[in-house]
Amino acid sequence: MNLKPTRLRMCGNWVLDRFPLAQVWNEHMAHYYAPKNFNFWYFFGSLALLVLVNQFVTGILLTMNYKPDAKLAFDSVEYIMRDVNWGWLVRYMHSTGASAFFIVVYLHMFRGLLYGSFKQPRELIWIFGMLLFVALMAEAFMGYLLPWGQMSYWGAQVIISLFSAIPVVGDDLALWIRGDYVISDATLNRFFAFHVIAVPLVLVLLVFMHIVALHEVGSNNPDGVDIKKSKDPWGHPTDGIPFHPYYTVKDVVGVAVFLIFFATVIFYMPEMGGYFLEHANFIPADPMKTPEHIAPVWYFTPFYSILRAIPDKFAGVIGMGGSIVVLFLLPWLDRGKVKSIRYRGGIYKKALLLFVISFVALGYLGTQPVTPLATTMARIFTAIYFGFFLLMPIYTRWEKLKPVPNHITMQPTLEERIPELKALFEEVTEVKSEGEISKRSFNPTGAKNVLIRTAKNLKESLD
Amino acid sequence: MKKLLSLFLLLLSFNVFASGGVELQDADIDLNDKVSLQRGAKHFVTYCLGCHSAKQIRYLRIAVDLGLDEKHVLKDIAPEGAGIYEQLHSAMNKHDAEKWFGTQPPDLSLIARSRGADWLYSYLKGFYTDKSRPFGVNNAIFEDVGMPNPLWQLQGEQQPVYETDGEKRTLEKLVSTSKGTQTAQEFDQTVNDLVNFLVYVGEPVQLERQQMGKYVLFFLFVFLAIAYLLKKEYWKDVH
Repeated sequence: MNLKPTRLRMCGNWVLDRFPLAQVWNEHMAHYYAPKNFNFWYFFGSLALLVLVNQFVTGILLTMNYKPDAKLAFDSVEYIMRDVNWGWLVRYMHSTGASAFFIVVYLHMFRGLLYGSFKQPRELIWIFGMLLFVALMAEAFMGYLLPWGQMSYWGAQVIISLFSAIPVVGDDLALWIRGDYVISDATLNRFFAFHVIAVPLVLVLLVFMHIVALHEVGSNNPDGVDIKKSKDPWGHPTDGIPFHPYYTVKDVVGVAVFLIFFATVIFYMPEMGGYFLEHANFIPADPMKTPEHIAPVWYFTPFYSILRAIPDKFAGVIGMGGSIVVLFLLPWLDRGKVKSIRYRGGIYKKALLLFVISFVALGYLGTQPVTPLATTMARIFTAIYFGFFLLMPIYTRWEKLKPVPNHITMQPTLEERIPELKALFEEVTEVKSEGEISKRSFNPTGAKNVLIRTAKNLKESLD
Repeated sequence: MKKLLSLFLLLLSFNVFASGGVELQDADIDLNDKVSLQRGAKHFVTYCLGCHSAKQIRYLRIAVDLGLDEKHVLKDIAPEGAGIYEQLHSAMNKHDAEKWFGTQPPDLSLIARSRGADWLYSYLKGFYTDKSRPFGVNNAIFEDVGMPNPLWQLQGEQQPVYETDGEKRTLEKLVSTSKGTQTAQEFDQTVNDLVNFLVYVGEPVQLERQQMGKYVLFFLFVFLAIAYLLKKEYWKDVH
């Protein structure tokens, strides 16, 4: 009876003597100390990894039935949707996963803006992250051509023809990228190769470097406090806890919540009203027929809006490229001495708020047809977008900073806030007794007080 | 390429809607209504399949999903000579199509996903007499469409009523001028069945998918509860 486990252990030891598995595990999980005050915003890193794995698994399954051929591609996708067992589920997981990836990554990046995670000593993590973002955009763009629908075709046509706006080499460059004078079978085949092999390899490598760089300097936290400053007698940060098991079990909760949203989309609204799967993409690509309204998928629309907002074609391309390049420079543009938004001055808070509004508005405008009003709006928001970054070296110097505590602070959890929420509920409702039954109904004065208080708090927090 | 780009930007700069002043009508889509889907399948083969294919779906799939016997499908729904494993191919060949219509009629497998049910419903009801068109009909939803009205015998003829505002003439509504074999109500039902069937054909798995969703979500909520309790247990000693 005892023979089997011992033999198993011997086999295990044989591997461990030759491979530093335990060391890697300890370094990155069991003995990696993370600050104990991670909040909601810290779920999105692990979720991005989850979505990446989802895209890999479903993507591999899709390639087993997909045909990268201009004559067969569209029908092969429908074949997957109809005749392949569970093909529809795999395809929807992949198409919804693409959008989910961008949602998760945008929130992950926003976390960086909130808590100054890009600041010294984490500049390189931010750079790797931005490279990941660019690689992800390339991956998504090339993947979108593969179903060979009208929007796949014309979206790719518009974006690639942007390269022809580059002086002198532009036309040749666009031709070189397409491998033909228009988007064609040659383009589809090379995009398939990039989407399935080349870019995923780059993504994996960058994810590895992103995480290694992070674990070298340690995670930031919502207070922006360096937890390595105070250590216990064993050399562990007093404000830190081992990533495993604490954050592994916590991230599983995040995964569960994420999957609930993810499954809701997959099973009940896979097209997401034409945002995740565009309606025109259910028509096979037709090089002779331009759709009435070409719109990229939602995650590209903020940048597409910037492109359209700038009147000159070449300047527009520069503007669109610049809107991404400027993100790379963020660690050096921000001169504020404090990391977390909790202790930063009102100027940065207001600037960040304006930036978020303009980013969302640009995203919305990018899905809409161009009208003179929309163009004017897009120009204003483009100016705010660039203003946020380019004026940063100036306005972050004027900031009135708040004192940063020496230790991290623990915010009440959602569960600890239940009495608070109950009190709030009681304030906005009132009890009305009708005979024996008493009912709660909406109380306008209470709601008004709550609104005024919230507005006051918001104003105070922005100062 | 520069010309192409400027062409795209031009196209982007204004949105051309093919429809006039006529608003879309609501189709009553209910994929649980198997009888409606069966009638729709029959109408589709009778009135559409002559020119349009639905090559992404097989007769067998229709039989299984609509709760029909295979023999019944072959005898009552499928055109003569069609096999149960075959897709819904059109009888018209490409050469004839180009000769008669100047173009290949589109495959209708995914038309409900690209156009939407309400559009299809309004379109099929939107044909009106227009002698200037090659087939003698125009459409209120899809102006100058190169397609005759396949349902005219059922619906009868319709004439347009225009609203003139200065120089602009917009289509206000359509009025029936001659009776068809069906009453207006019966015809609405016919079109609705047809659209219902097209919505089904667009994504045959959709009912199954929604039913499965309940179980998946139920599992995930249970999983969330357990994961949360586990997290709480582990985090008890973190202050």
